[in-house]
Amino acid sequence: MAKIIVVTSGKGGVGKTTTSASISTGLAKRGHKTVVIDFDVGLRNLDLIMNCERRVVYDFVNVIQGDATLNQALIKDKRVDTLYILPASQTREKEALTRDGVEKVINELSETFDYIVCDSPAGIEHGAQMALYYADEAVVVTNPEVSSVRDSDRILGILQSKSRRAEMGQDPVKEHLLLTRYNPERVERGEMLSVQDVEEILAIPLLGVIPESQVVLNASNQGLPVILEEQSDAGQAYDDAVARLLGEEREHRFMTAQKKGFFSRMFKGG
Amino acid sequence: MSFLDYFRSKKTSSASVAKERLQIIVAHERGQREQPDYLPQLQQELLEVIRKYVQISDDMIQVDVDRNDDCSVLELNVTLPEK
Repeated sequence: MAKIIVVTSGKGGVGKTTTSASISTGLAKRGHKTVVIDFDVGLRNLDLIMNCERRVVYDFVNVIQGDATLNQALIKDKRVDTLYILPASQTREKEALTRDGVEKVINELSETFDYIVCDSPAGIEHGAQMALYYADEAVVVTNPEVSSVRDSDRILGILQSKSRRAEMGQDPVKEHLLLTRYNPERVERGEMLSVQDVEEILAIPLLGVIPESQVVLNASNQGLPVILEEQSDAGQAYDDAVARLLGEEREHRFMTAQKKGFFSRMFKGG
Repeated sequence: MSFLDYFRSKKTSSASVAKERLQIIVAHERGQREQPDYLPQLQQELLEVIRKYVQISDDMIQVDVDRNDDCSVLELNVTLPEK
């Protein structure tokens, strides 16, 4: 039985696809057979972030509609050999993702994979609801910013009422907060919500804090999941998050500003 | 840092404003989330019934459901206009 993890947020542009790519790569790197599914029908982008956009032949909707088999649609990652990508359809309409169709694909994947990572589209509509419906765990990606925090709370409400676990009265979906684009300097200056602020408002356990980093854009430019930038702060922060997802205890890092020298503090006003 | 802080302006940081606004709106939206789906329609229909007798505006009626351990209480507050 595979564990199904949805990466979701409500708001767009907060780092869902970046996170899906890194978490799935991290799980696979640890030897777990992992598949990452792009649920963003019509706006697929996971293929670009994972550098397999030119290898897409069949997609998720083709499999649901029986035009292709799973094996034909799955793309094997070239860097980590226990990792597979199931791309979204670029042309079909969103309603092509039916609950039964998604269930059939997930059940088939469950037979051979350890982890199924579902990369949710933005919003709270059909695609987002399909992505989270079968989840056992949810990584809620949030930026320290008012609209993102509010939307995360909305999506938490949907996880608690409209997921399969909620509808069947089973144990609730296990929720994790992943705070991305965190800038400790701005937090210290009182310009950005702190980790503690967001934790207090959303009241779910913290999985990790990914610092705002130039490495993330550089990695996506090249189609490299940022977790593979092993020397970088963001890459290490994602690696910590994956370790915690697997139950390891790791201290949180990258949450405080680099100490500045006395002079830069005096002349720049801190 | 406390020595330098002393000279800085004491105005509240934008982050603390953000936190306060979020706490209020999130609490409000969570309250609505837990209400049954039929509540807005119930409120609308009650409003129409009351209007047959007294002219009141939309914001003068408030319908809430309070859930206790073993029962739910439907709470209806109607503010009647002063004569």
